[in-house]
Amino acid sequence: MSDTPLISVRDLSVHFGVRGGGLGKKPVVRAVEGVDLDIEKGSFFGLVGESGSGKTTLGRALLRAVPITRGDLTYDDGEKKYDLAAIEKGDLKDYRTRAQLIFQDPYAALSPRMTVRDIIAEPLEVMGITASKAETDERVREIAAKCRLNLEHLRRFPHAFSGGQRQRISIARALVSRPRFVVADESVAALDVSIQADVLNLLKDIQQEMGLTFLFISHDLSVVAHVCDHVAVMYLGRLVETAPTRELFANPRHPYTRALLSAIPSLDPDDDSVVDKLEGEIPSPTNPPPGCKFQTRCRFAIDRCRTEEPLLDHAAHQHNVACHRWQELVEVFEAEDAAAKERSDKRHAATAKAEKAKASGKNKGKTKPKSKPGSKGK
Amino acid sequence: MSRLIDVEHLNLQFDTDEGRITAVDDVSFSLEQGEVMGLVGESGSGKSVTAKSLMKLNPSNAVYGEQTRITLHLEDGPVDIMSLKTSSDLKVVRGGAISMIFQEPMASFAPAISIGDQMVEQLQIHSDMTTRQATELSIEMLARVGISDASTRFRQFAFELSGGMRQRAMIAMALSTKPKLLIADEPTTALDVTIQAQVIDLMKDLVKDFHMGIIFITHDLGVIAQTADKVAVMYLGRLVEQGPVREVIRNPGHPYTQGLIAALPQLDDLDKPLVPIPGDIPSPLERPSGCVFHTRCPVVIQGRCARDIPQFTQTREGHQVACHLLDPANNDQGTKTT
Repeated sequence: MSDTPLISVRDLSVHFGVRGGGLGKKPVVRAVEGVDLDIEKGSFFGLVGESGSGKTTLGRALLRAVPITRGDLTYDDGEKKYDLAAIEKGDLKDYRTRAQLIFQDPYAALSPRMTVRDIIAEPLEVMGITASKAETDERVREIAAKCRLNLEHLRRFPHAFSGGQRQRISIARALVSRPRFVVADESVAALDVSIQADVLNLLKDIQQEMGLTFLFISHDLSVVAHVCDHVAVMYLGRLVETAPTRELFANPRHPYTRALLSAIPSLDPDDDSVVDKLEGEIPSPTNPPPGCKFQTRCRFAIDRCRTEEPLLDHAAHQHNVACHRWQELVEVFEAEDAAAKERSDKRHAATAKAEKAKASGKNKGKTKPKSKPGSKGK
Repeated sequence: MSRLIDVEHLNLQFDTDEGRITAVDDVSFSLEQGEVMGLVGESGSGKSVTAKSLMKLNPSNAVYGEQTRITLHLEDGPVDIMSLKTSSDLKVVRGGAISMIFQEPMASFAPAISIGDQMVEQLQIHSDMTTRQATELSIEMLARVGISDASTRFRQFAFELSGGMRQRAMIAMALSTKPKLLIADEPTTALDVTIQAQVIDLMKDLVKDFHMGIIFITHDLGVIAQTADKVAVMYLGRLVEQGPVREVIRNPGHPYTQGLIAALPQLDDLDKPLVPIPGDIPSPLERPSGCVFHTRCPVVIQGRCARDIPQFTQTREGHQVACHLLDPANNDQGTKTT
């Protein structure tokens, strides 16, 4: 990784005016507000948050696909450097070849009337990248092979493909112009788990092979944990925490990140470690609460949180958190985790005991049978 | 616990322009009162149509097999659901003894009728309550599922409620007729994780309070682990594995169930590679012969799996797996390929 980040964002805000507000003041949706962010070259950067947190808008702002209200946005890949907040039309066209988007819904993103070859070739033709049809075909075949689509597939129409294959077509289309930066917006959300793993592995392989930088937007923390090397958590248009993936999942510092993590249903039926249940729902971005945006749902909120908005504070190496109380909460979280682990261990011991009793013939009928050690499976 | 519903040899086909498509093939299961069963499978595995068959809610081109028996055990005797023909006969089960909640709560409420009017209407269809009684009960149910200021929400329309709130209203509506069986078709899939956790907690409480049976349809094994007592795994219209939830998740017997678990990203081990199940789910028009999973199976037995339909083998108490590998007669013959 080089010194200058590929994407550098300072104090970025994106507001939308709501139409039809009637007479008087027009309500404003503050979709993204005061975001600072650096995305290093070659990183697989994850952006997580609930629906309505502004993660899609931030992703599109980095592609200059939405108007930017305020702030600085710089793209620097070593060859070209653009100030995206004030980019000119000609430069924007060049930027489009360098930055691409993969959509969420593979069923809606592909034209049903074009063959797969035409779909993948379209960016090349529109951007005038290739000089001849032969060259276009060459590029299409090359990228299709990388996305595991064969020549036979290129002649067909999208309706003949399953969800996973369609997503591979969308990926091929996004990568055919050889971009440096790719925004993948919920690109596996519409897929089944068995296929999702396949597409994630493909994205990861291609990223390493082509040296791409990814912004991976997702609401699914467990997916982000597996593919990303750096994660930013958004809430109501603000970044609340950013850290390298392992650091974030091992030591979440913001109460919201912690709540998000504990809301993921565990695959262990005896796991009782859920300590942080969030009440209520994300407030409307037209009328955000004063102070910290999370204070309405935060169980640690104090008066200061209701008046003063916290800024990102340095918690550890590359780990930043926007919470007034993060330092005091470290111990609280540790104590809670220890208590939860104890509870969980007790439950495991109880189930194990009940099953032992059952295995030795005393059929109580209440508990469910469980594995004996040494059997296969997890 | 006493038996609530028996499904035996459920066979379901659809007549389409491309021919007759098999959606569900010889599925049998049963559910006790107060028990939660998770029905897991990928899209296209037939889990939704299986659940809808319990109310005969499938579209008119659905053809049920002749051996299909669905028996619902009510206080005044068993009801043979397959023999119910007219919609007035079916009222007993549709919204009466069986209620259903759907994945997309926005699409399930009529947009131009208030939430309250819709709740009152269905209550009056299924009971002889007066409008006032039905209104009171509806508001009580809305409050019961954790909707604050229920009497205001009662007069509002679906678009005025947030996603989590709509799903709660849907649950309140489904429960107000006091069903014996609740079918929840991906009730949390469209919700954020924090809201999903709230809805899961709510459903767990309701099972305790109302003592009804729930069939919980989802593709998320984590949700199943946290809610269900037992699990049935479906693939391409067939049941491939069923058993108690701990047993199936800790010792999955079928290669498909094992594959589903291996493909799931888990937070406690970030270094574990994600292992996809190779290939795609085949089109229902090209159902594989023999074991329906053999085209994607990593441990297929050459010759046998493509030819014979595997029967259920009991691996441990209550845990059944339909796979040739577990058939004792099969262990000495056949070659494994990977």
